[in-house]
Amino acid sequence: MRRVLGYGGAALLAGWILVPIWFVVVGAFSTADSVYTYPLAPWPDWSLESMRFFVTSAGVPQALLSSVVVALITGVLTLLLAAPAGYALARFVFPGASAYRLTVLATRAFPVVVLSIPLAVFFLQWGIYDSVWGVAFMHTALALPFVVLMVAGVFAGVPVDIEEAAQIFGCSRFGAFRRAVVPNAAPGLAAAGTFAVLLSYNEVFAASILTLQEPTLPVFVLTGLTQAPLPFRYAGALFLLAPAFLFILLIRRRLVGVGGPTLR
Amino acid sequence: MSVSSPRPSAALPYLLLLPSVAYLVIFFASPMVQAFGLAFTSTTGEWGLTSLSAMVSDDRFWPAVWTTLILLVVLLPIQLALALAMSMIITGRLRGRGFWLYVFLLPLGVSELGAGILWYSIFVEQGWLNTVLQGVGLIDRPVIWLDYREPWRVIGTIVVAEAWRSTSLLVIILVGGLRQIPKDYLEAADVFHAGPWQRMRHVVLPLLRPTIRTAMIVRVVLAFEVFATVIALGGTATDTLATQANRAYTEFQDAHLASAYGLVILVVSLVAVGLVLAALPARRERGE
Amino acid sequence: MGVSRRDALRLGIGTAALGLLSGCALDTSGAPGGTGSGALVFYSTQLSTTAEAESVRRQILTGFDREVQFVADSSVTKLLDRVRAEAQAGTSNLGLVGALQGELATLHAEGLLRDMTDVVESLDDRGFTARYLDLARVDGRYAFVPWISASYIMAARREALPFLPPGADLQNLTYDQVLEWSRAVQRATGSPRFGLPAGESGLLKRFLQGYAYPSFTGGVNTTFAGPDAVPMWEWLREIWATTNPQSVTYGFMQEPLLTGEVWIAWDHAVRLVDALQTRPDDIVSFPAPTGPRGLGYLPVLGGLAIPASVPDPQPSIDLIRHLTDPARVSTTVRTVAWFPPQSLDSIPGGLPPGVGQEAQTLQRMVETPGALASSLAVGLGGQSGAYDKVFTDTFRAIALDGADIRDTLANQAVALQGVLDTAGAACWAPDPLGQGVCRVG
Repeated sequence: MRRVLGYGGAALLAGWILVPIWFVVVGAFSTADSVYTYPLAPWPDWSLESMRFFVTSAGVPQALLSSVVVALITGVLTLLLAAPAGYALARFVFPGASAYRLTVLATRAFPVVVLSIPLAVFFLQWGIYDSVWGVAFMHTALALPFVVLMVAGVFAGVPVDIEEAAQIFGCSRFGAFRRAVVPNAAPGLAAAGTFAVLLSYNEVFAASILTLQEPTLPVFVLTGLTQAPLPFRYAGALFLLAPAFLFILLIRRRLVGVGGPTLR
Repeated sequence: MSVSSPRPSAALPYLLLLPSVAYLVIFFASPMVQAFGLAFTSTTGEWGLTSLSAMVSDDRFWPAVWTTLILLVVLLPIQLALALAMSMIITGRLRGRGFWLYVFLLPLGVSELGAGILWYSIFVEQGWLNTVLQGVGLIDRPVIWLDYREPWRVIGTIVVAEAWRSTSLLVIILVGGLRQIPKDYLEAADVFHAGPWQRMRHVVLPLLRPTIRTAMIVRVVLAFEVFATVIALGGTATDTLATQANRAYTEFQDAHLASAYGLVILVVSLVAVGLVLAALPARRERGE
Repeated sequence: MGVSRRDALRLGIGTAALGLLSGCALDTSGAPGGTGSGALVFYSTQLSTTAEAESVRRQILTGFDREVQFVADSSVTKLLDRVRAEAQAGTSNLGLVGALQGELATLHAEGLLRDMTDVVESLDDRGFTARYLDLARVDGRYAFVPWISASYIMAARREALPFLPPGADLQNLTYDQVLEWSRAVQRATGSPRFGLPAGESGLLKRFLQGYAYPSFTGGVNTTFAGPDAVPMWEWLREIWATTNPQSVTYGFMQEPLLTGEVWIAWDHAVRLVDALQTRPDDIVSFPAPTGPRGLGYLPVLGGLAIPASVPDPQPSIDLIRHLTDPARVSTTVRTVAWFPPQSLDSIPGGLPPGVGQEAQTLQRMVETPGALASSLAVGLGGQSGAYDKVFTDTFRAIALDGADIRDTLANQAVALQGVLDTAGAACWAPDPLGQGVCRVG
């Protein structure tokens, strides 16, 4: 009985997530005519018209490349910055640790749009406006607060004993970190990095303020989309969802394997 | 010897924090200070409260503040409950955990703008919700859900869209916390024939407390930034602080006004985080 | 501890990834702006929706002998920032700018655009309409070459036509008849079926500035709070009561017309054309209504301009020739439904049904006796957003919140005067032109 209840609840929650996505699929594969006819049909009539538009659209490959490059830079840079900080939070007790955790999170309380305006000016001066670097730097700043806390969780999950053992066997502190901690933490670190990648892929507003000729894929597709006809909106949305869903499929276990960000 | 309380150098942890701090100073703090400067100058460049008073005297300011707070207060418990339920399923004993996990994480791949487009097509008068409701005979003609004259209805649609879009992040956090609860605790509860509800209340929730705190803070901080779903569903008749900040920049091209809104958002969210911390004070947990 | 080999491998992968990234760095730094091939950049604030931009890239730009990167972004702020920044830096990434008359006038006023007189003169075979050439001329020289034109019209579903007031002529309605019609539709269907683009990206502000105000008051700024403005706002309040409340979310009216959420609507011709093209038998277009002072309407003109900082304008001039070529003009009107700034008779091979219907409507509207063309706001510069805000705020207060009309107008008149003072803008049509800052009446 309890089991039935469990499956029922799980199915209900899954439906809550999946049904809206199904609507997008239906809209994306329907003719313009049926998208505009109320009541809407629950099954698509398998028109490929709107989807084909995006798949063959001229700017898509370039924008996709920008997205991938930006996301990769963001993932790597975020990890490089977050790993030492996360390690410090996980291994040391020191005054200011909690203040650091909170301050880092609180940076996210300032709206991205407002932040992007002065940043756009800086980037123009530095010559990285409208480049993958400018966007990646911004996305790194957005992802860093969460990733630091996630990475702290990862390192906290690596038993101290391993590190002690390495030091007993003559490793320096850094040697012990590199040889003993990093391999054990690698899956978790990778997960934290992919979180940054995902965040970067989904971020539209800063990216649209900071780019013009080098839009990321969501900027390229979505900014024109809010004004596009309905069938295009469905198709564009699905077109953006597909790679993200594939990516989540690949990393789903890692994403929740990190022990979660902790705040004390 | 112990690695966890070493004294190689008291400066080491601070050195390790340095790169991230330096980065955030360059990419967050310095533009933020610049934005403060903008907020405290007028469009003609004089220092003073012109931009701030222009913001406060705007008819839309106080409604925006209230809508922002109402959204937060309504959303937070709903999202926590949803995330908790999803996390329990993922960490529980049902079959197909990989599947449930995947499905619950899917919204992570949906951007705010995308979610706005999606939920607009659901709530719009000739949209999916009315199609379904009319199909099962609950209504006999389409209902206008996005009717600004019924503010609660519009807020309800935004809450639903946001609960759908942004619960996954909380799931990640909570699953992490649940995995850290030692199995023996839960088994002990089973031995004493605790029902699922009792187990939840007396074992899981207390142990999950620090994680829940983290989840709430993350959620509160992010809640003040949301604007794309609000604009999609509420249009020009429903304002939040974030939509106003965005509008000030994109439509009125007034960086001073946008920055003034940014400042208010920062202050309000810090206060909200403070309230969460006060409501759920940190307790030294075992092993921490 | 099995660390060493796998460890080394992992680190190796890490370095490889970094190598890849620095490879990208070389790429982008080697070619500022990342175009890589020295393509000519054509930046436009118009034709920015996904489908429009695609048409430009695939159809309108084909046959041009150089590679062109078409960058479309509707944000005026970004255009202004970009052109200013490039002028300051002395670089010239943008080769050609396509924008609305008012946007280009702002750039021209700052001295950021090349004098286009020679180009316009060399294009005398294009047969630009004199009216549009006048709009392109500022202080005796051409700031831009006329490129695309449009205006705002009305459209309705055919099922609304039986409810027209007796004796009303669809092609020549008055504001009162529109209100009566919309009420009749609401009575018959039980739902408010009028529609205005009052959403975030909607152009309701242009309805107020270029249609309602001129039609009711004969002016816009000088008559803002005057006695004639009161019946106009009363009309708006009454029509709003018969308007689908979802209008606050509408950007383009073609969608709600197609779904049937809205039966009668006003919008930019380009934002209605999909409805007329998808269901030409179900949806009709017709001119904007006439008010006590005539049929106020707002012609829209987009132009092509070259930033003054471009060292060698020849490729840009060649691109202008290409875009204004009759074959290209014909493609433009067919694919993106913007009309050329010359007579439609010059277009070979007729028009698609929806576009053709709009063309007729536009022509009828312009030729209606008492037609009163407004010009887009000129000289507002950075204040154009604040200017629009006065009108949308007034609308919101009166129509949505039910505020007192006279009080609201008195308050907003002060705000409006503030905007005009800050910008130092003189009056523009249909207000009487004059010297000095425009005075709000």
